[in-house]
Parts: sequence; C-alpha cells; structure tokens
Amino acid sequence: MKITFPHLGNVYIAAKAFLEDMGHEVIPPPVCSRKTLEIGTKFSPEMMCMPFKIFIGNYIESIQKGADTIVITGSCGPCRFGFYGDMQKDLLRDLGYDVEVIVLESPKEGLKDFKNNIGKLIGSNSLWSIGKNIKPALNLIKIIDELTQLSNKVRAFALDKKEVNKIMDDYYEEAVRVCGTKEITKLTRATENKLKEVKVDQSHSPIKIGIIGEIYTIIEPFVNLEVERKLGDMGVLVEKSLTPTKWFDHHVYSYPFGSKEENLKFKLAKPYLKTMVGGHGRETIGSAIYYNNMGYDGTIQILPLNCMPEIVAKSILKTVSKDLNFPIMTLVVDEMTGEAGYMTRLEAFVDLINKRREEMLIG
Amino acid sequence: MKGKIGIPRGMMYYELYPEWEGYFRSLNFDLITSPRTNKEILDIGIFTCVDEACLPVKIFHGHVDYLKDKVDYIFIPKITSLCKGEYNCPKILGLPDMIKHSIGNLPPVIDTEFQSYKRSSIKRAYNEIGKSLECNSSSISKAYRKALDTKDKYIDRLEAEILSNRKDIESTKLNLLILGHPYVIFDEFLNMGILNKLIDNKVNIVFPEDVEEKDVLYYSNLLPKRMFWTEGRRIVGSAFSLIDKQKIDGIIYLSSFGCGLDSVFTYIISRKAKERNIPIMELTLDEQTGEAGFNTRLEAYLDMMKWRNKNENYLSSLR
Repeated sequence: MKITFPHLGNVYIAAKAFLEDMGHEVIPPPVCSRKTLEIGTKFSPEMMCMPFKIFIGNYIESIQKGADTIVITGSCGPCRFGFYGDMQKDLLRDLGYDVEVIVLESPKEGLKDFKNNIGKLIGSNSLWSIGKNIKPALNLIKIIDELTQLSNKVRAFALDKKEVNKIMDDYYEEAVRVCGTKEITKLTRATENKLKEVKVDQSHSPIKIGIIGEIYTIIEPFVNLEVERKLGDMGVLVEKSLTPTKWFDHHVYSYPFGSKEENLKFKLAKPYLKTMVGGHGRETIGSAIYYNNMGYDGTIQILPLNCMPEIVAKSILKTVSKDLNFPIMTLVVDEMTGEAGYMTRLEAFVDLINKRREEMLIG
Repeated sequence: MKGKIGIPRGMMYYELYPEWEGYFRSLNFDLITSPRTNKEILDIGIFTCVDEACLPVKIFHGHVDYLKDKVDYIFIPKITSLCKGEYNCPKILGLPDMIKHSIGNLPPVIDTEFQSYKRSSIKRAYNEIGKSLECNSSSISKAYRKALDTKDKYIDRLEAEILSNRKDIESTKLNLLILGHPYVIFDEFLNMGILNKLIDNKVNIVFPEDVEEKDVLYYSNLLPKRMFWTEGRRIVGSAFSLIDKQKIDGIIYLSSFGCGLDSVFTYIISRKAKERNIPIMELTLDEQTGEAGFNTRLEAYLDMMKWRNKNENYLSSLR
C-alpha cells in the first residue's frame, strides 16, 4: 500500500512522518505547481472551486509516481467540501486510475465506516502504536507551524530577505527526503536555529498584516501565490488567522468546547454575524476584528472563486472595515489568477497602509 | 391591520410562501410582496450586492431594495436547516446578514433563525417571530397551526399560473426534466422564459416537484455520500428516480453562475445520465447571459432530441 494525500500547506510533512512511523510507504505529491493546477483544471468539473482542482492534480501526480491509495477527510457541513471525497473517487475511476480512496468521515456519520477506514490505515499495527505515534506527529504539526511563523517574523526584519527564503526552500526540499517524525523534528529544530542566526534590522518597525479567509487558500502557499513571502519581502510582518495547529486546537484538543482563540473570534463576530454560515465565514469576520484589536495595520482576505461562505463574509467585511476604520482587501484566486496583477494589488495595499500610517503619526 | 410586512420575491419565497402567508394573515398583518423580477430590480440588485454572489442572490437584493420604503417590516428568515441533519446553501444561511450590510435605510428586518439541524425548531422560530411583532401567545399558536395547515405548495400555484396551457400538449412524445433550484426555474425573468419557450416547442415539462416524496428519499439515499443539502435531496433524488424509471427523454439543468450546490449536482446527475444514455444540457445563467445565444442552444438541443427520437437507428444505404 503506497499512500498519498492532497496537499494542505505544511501538513504533508507531519502526515508523511506519521504514516512512515506506522510502517507505510508514503508518496507525498510533488509540491503544487502550475502543472498540478493544469492537470486538475483539465479533469475537474468547470464550476467546482479551486481546492478541488488542485486536489485532483495532486492525486494524479502522485499516482504517476506510484501511489495506489489516497487518504482524505470528509465533512458534512453546508460547504461543498463534504462531497469532495466521493466526487473525486468517481472522477479518478472514470479517468481509468485504479486506486483506493479512503475518506475519513467523522464518527458521527457512521461508526462502522469510520472503524473500517481506520482499520485500513492501521493495518497490522496495534492501537497502542497509534497512540504512541500520533503524539509526536501532532506535535510536529505545531513545530512546523511555529517554524513558518518564525520565518515570517524573521523575514520582515531581515537585512537580506533572500537568506530567509533560501533557508526555507532548503528545509522543504530536505523534509521530503528524511524519514519519520524523529528526523523531521531534528531537521525543523536545526532550521529554527539557522533562522535565528539571520542578521536582522532591530530598528525596523514593520507594518503588520493579518491574512484571513478560507482555510485552504491561506495555508497552501501555491494557491495564495506565496502571499506570506511576497509581503515579507516588502518588509511586512504577516500572521495567518488559520493554521493547522489552530484547527487541531479548536476541533480536536478542546472538543467539544472549542479553543479559546476561536471562541473569542466567534464572540467578536457576533454583532455582525450571529450564526454559522459554513466553512470559515464566521471566523473570517471575527479574525478581522481580532486583528484590529491587536493593533494590526490591515488585513487581506483570500478566497477561492465561488467560495460560498466567504462571499457572505465579504459582504459583511465591508461594514466591518467602515465601522472600525480598518483597511481590508479581498483577493479572489482561481486558475486564471495572474501573478503580476496580484503583485500590483499587494504593493498598492502596502503603499496605502504606509501612507496612512505616516498621516496618523504626523497628523 | 397591525402593519405591513414585506416579503421579497426571491430565494426561499418560492418554496415557503404559502406557509408564511397563512401565518401572517392569521396574525392580522398586511402582506406586501415585491413584483415579478424586472430589469430595474435586477439593476439595483447588481449595484448593491457583492460581485461574487450568484444571480438569484443579487436579484433578491433588488427585491429588498424595492420593498424597503413601502413596508414596516421586511421578512427575511435565516433558514439554516429545515430537516434534521441537513443544511441549506451557505448563502441562504447568511442572507439576512448580507442584506443588512449591503442595503442602507432598511425597516426592521425579521431575521429569525430556523435551525432544525439537531431537533425541529420550526415552532420555536414561529413563536419568536410572533413575539418580535408583539402578538399574544394564543394568537401565535393559532397562526402557527394555520401555517402548517397550508399544505398547497406555492410551486403548484406557480406551475398552474405559468403553464396554464401545459395540459393541452400532453400528447407529445418529448418529456424533458427541468432541474434546478425553484428560485431559478420559476423566476421567468432570470431564466428568460425558458418554460414558455419549451411549451411553444410542444415539450412536456417535468419538474423535480412532480416526483413523489417517497421516491425522492429512496433515490437520494442511494448516493454513497449522505446528501446534506435539503434542496440537493430533491434535485438529485428526483433526477435519479426519473432516469431510473425511464420516464424522461432528456434533462435541462438550469444553474446560476457561481452556485456551489449546482457544481456538485450537475456532476453527479450528468454522470448518471451519461450511464443511462440520456442527453443532459447545462444552461448557466448570470447577469450577462444573452438571450439570443441562450435561444440558439435551446433550439439546437430540441432539434437534436427530435432527430434522435426519429432517426437514431437509421443508417442511410446511399453513402
């Protein structure tokens, strides 16, 4: 059984390490690229949202490398993500690929299926070994998120931004090659130390921008055209409102109460949107207010074209921006997004914030 | 009369209007419904709504804008879930919030939530509506019973209205299933009068609503994944049942550009239709759709259907 899974930001590093610890052979899909998107767009239904297309591209690229089992999660929310698994299963079968697709649904949807699917993944391992292996894997997700955040921070202050980019590129390249949680943790720690040694300009006071919006587009660097890196190169300090760590915090560790930060965001969003709208619509609004309260200079909302919950959020963010006098820009990404136009908009946004800041300081 | 309540003619109006009508009439309120969609309403809707939303939502914005100066309250319930374990489209979930933040100078909006995901809350929601309108509880419960008693579906009324000449043509051989959300199929401005165009071409139209509830449930449960949208259950279930029973010759799917639900349903249904060799055409509508191109596609499709029925097995010996 050669397992593969779609990309979701840096989660693939931890997922690979976990499944390797369990004794499976893992073929992580190649890093998302123009080619991935082209393959995905060619075979997917036209009106589906962008993550679907990239997932299909990921699968086909890893199948070409030899994978025969795909693992993804399911959901039953009002967002169409719930249908990804079964649609993709049919789509791959129609294309003539003989692969097994394991859709991990929540146990609420049927305990038997859940047990079967987990059983397939465990194989001959004991339950105890899962317990033993899952902890370092979850820890790894946290460490990797911390590393990305550290790189964002260092990049904003660094004298030579290219040095940071080089370190991170090397890290991603190396992470696919090493095996198991232990080695990846070691590698991550080493990279962390390297980042800390980068020469920084302490006197620089960077603009702070929060990235909000749909979780997949925030986390996956290819989809958002590496917005963190682009902003960092301009000397902007970036934070993402959603990371895999925050997701696990909210949905797994603190189940069923929810994590502190997310609950705070719900509370902040309440005057504007009382109930859930599926996906991360409510979090988006809460995060915008949250970043305003934290003293950030602006936020950027990123969503894939046609994302239903984010469209609702977008129409409400208009009022939030007006009420709080807080700059919010919306970027819509799809397979037609051009990098140059995207860059221009980012530069203009940063320029405007700079100008605004000057005016606020000087009066 | 206690006051005027405005009901915009869009989205869930096409499914639940009789229920609302029974309820508010019983509470002694005057009901004002916006007129059928026209160019003016569409233009205001496009102007006020966010660009990314789908056409029915934009039109809904236009209807609200039309009503806002003419009524005391506007009724836009937040219909999160009508059946256990099922949801509606995320845009319907956020509809009252979208409206409130897009259109200024609104009269009070009644945006009570219908949340039946875990257990039925329809009674509680109606109670809340009544209380927010300062009615006493005995009249509320009377109105609630009245709302539930209105069994006739608005869609039946609409069908009768739009298709008054539908009966005469039942002898034709071409049965077409028109799929889509009720707010797309029955808004004649939005779909550019496709129903009447089909009737003029002597087509017998079948609606998803014509299929029995029992069949819809049975066939939608055949899907490997539980259908968690109430509307999807009807659309996919009715299509599957009619395809399986071979009661239709073709399918026309009317979808609006940017509809997330439709992107899933068209894939599922067209896959099944292809399997059973039933031609399906997807017509995507947005504010820029031109009627001429639309007509051409429709005519081409109908011509193909006619030739298919006539000459399918005919191979000319003169080659």
